[in-house]
This record gives sequence, C-alpha cells and structure tokens, in this order.
Amino acid sequence: MSPEDEVIRKRQRERARIMAWLLGAFVILLFFITVAKTGMNW
Amino acid sequence: MPAMDMTNPAALPADWRDILALTKPRVMSLVVFTGLCGLLAVPQLPPVVIGFTAILCIALGAGACGALNQWYEADLDAKMRRTARRPLPDKRMDRQSALHFGVGLGAFSVLLMGVAANWLAAALLAASILFYVFVYTIWLKPRTPQNIVIGGAAGAFPPLIGWVAATGHFATLPVLLFAIVFLWTPPHFWALSLFVRSDYAAAGIPMLPVVAGVENTRRQIFLYTLPMALAAVAPWPLGLAGPIYGACAAILSFVFLVLAARVLANRTTDPAQMAAEKHLFAYSVFYLFALFTVLVVDRWLPW
Repeated sequence: MSPEDEVIRKRQRERARIMAWLLGAFVILLFFITVAKTGMNW
Repeated sequence: MPAMDMTNPAALPADWRDILALTKPRVMSLVVFTGLCGLLAVPQLPPVVIGFTAILCIALGAGACGALNQWYEADLDAKMRRTARRPLPDKRMDRQSALHFGVGLGAFSVLLMGVAANWLAAALLAASILFYVFVYTIWLKPRTPQNIVIGGAAGAFPPLIGWVAATGHFATLPVLLFAIVFLWTPPHFWALSLFVRSDYAAAGIPMLPVVAGVENTRRQIFLYTLPMALAAVAPWPLGLAGPIYGACAAILSFVFLVLAARVLANRTTDPAQMAAEKHLFAYSVFYLFALFTVLVVDRWLPW
C-alpha cells in the first residue's frame, strides 16, 4: 500500500471508530429518553 | 489504486479534528452555558436526561451554525489572519463536506430536540439556526455595519430555548435573558472589531469600525451598554430574581459601564495601544458567564 493510501485508510479507521462510539452513545441516549418520556420509575 | 493528489482536499477524507474545528467549539461553550442557565432557571426542572439532551441539541445546533458559517465564508476567512488557518481556507477539507456536515448536524439537532423535549423548543432551535445562517451570515454580515446588532439575536436564543425545552412555554425571565445577550453582543463584538479592524477591512466585511470609524464605534459601544445594564438588573425589581442576583448584576454591570467609558475616552487608533478595548472584550466574556451563574445560584440556593 502506498503512503497516500495508508493516510486515507488511517483517517477512515479513525472516523469509523468515532462514528461507532457516537452511534452507540446515541442508542443509549434514546433508551434513557424513552424511559424518561414514558415516566418509568426505577 | 492510482496515486492520490494530497494537495486536493476533496481527495482525502477530512480529519476528525478538522470536522470538530468546523463547529467552533469555543463559541459553542458560551452558547451551551447560556442555554444551560436558561434551563436551570426554570421553576421545575425536567428529568436529567431530557435536560442533558436539550443542552446537547443546543450545542449541536450551534455547531451546525459554525460549520455552515465557515462553509459560506471560506473565501473571506482566507483573507483574515485570525481565520486563515481554519480547515476550509487552509484546504484541509472540501467545502461540500462542510455543507453536508452542517446541514446534517442542524437537522439532527432539531429532530432530537423535538423528540426528547418538545416541538416548540425544536422550532426555536430551527429558527435560531436559520436566522444565523440566512439572516446573519448570508444577508446582513456582508452588507451592513448593523450586522452584529440584528445578528446578535441568533446568539441570544439559547437561554430561551433552554427554558422552553424544560417548560414547554415562554415566560418573562427567559425573554429578559434573550434581551441581555442580544444587547451584550454589540459591545462585545465591536470591542473585538476595534482592535482587529484591519482584518475585517482586508476581507471587505463592513464592521462598524471599518465603515463608521473608531470614534463612532466607541460611542455605540457605550450607548448599547446602558440598556444592556438595565436589562441585566431588571429581573430583580420585576421579582424574577432575588436580591443577591440584583446586587451582583448591578456591580457587574457598573464595572462593564466603567470599562465602556474608558473605551469611549480612548483616542488612539493604533490597535497595539487599545488596552481599554481589549480589557472590555475580555471582561464582556466574564460578565456574561458571571451574570448567568449568579442567576442560577440565586435561583437554587436557599438564601
């Protein structure tokens, strides 16, 4: 792989990792929003 | 795979740090803070997760504004020393990516606000984003020296949005908080624009010192400080805040007035000798943080 390709792959990997964390956090946030909106007490 | 042209930003996926820089994180911190104070000033707090999400949405909306502002002003930013190293003028990112990111982030923040808090808060958030992008950035900023005055409304929305997200309705106090930030914006930005006016002149942005002169700008700073101080103290006599807030607001506003008077008395046109303007600019940031902090402390501490 050329140096240019390596730079591209590295950036893609970093962005994919951050996107995965953000999506995971969003799912957890939606879960707690649902809990709060439905008035569940626990 | 053919060799990529590394000088062409469109050929390389943007670095996540540059995407983050598009959101203007430093500006976002002030917006988040005033939004949080608007939310914490309500009589009955919402569930923590709803409050957290509302503030997150305000932050994302502010980030969308920053990205769309940088997308539209990339050419102007390249002409100003202060902004030339941003991702778009420095060619580390292509403009279309910034546009897609800004629109996507803005739409996401509004939808999430509607789902998590209420649709009135979502409508206010959408209005503030659209106002900032279309009325301030595209329409007013390149055309009139009053750009900051009317455009300041966009930055004044967060405390109002925070309150409405928590309560679902308007009230006098958040409207006063809107007025405080609205009236605070011109002295704050004009103090800055006095000592960086050569940058604005180089970019062709008609900021007040460039168009109306330094003396006129100093007079306008002082004149706007007067109603700002009145709006800052007003929650106390109106019974919307306690005496601790009233006393602190009066002292903080008095110091603001003294610093604005020092700016008014300054005669120099050399940015290097504009210590009074630099002091006022630095103090104006502290002033807003301190005023809103005292409002929340006064609201929740049992004096």
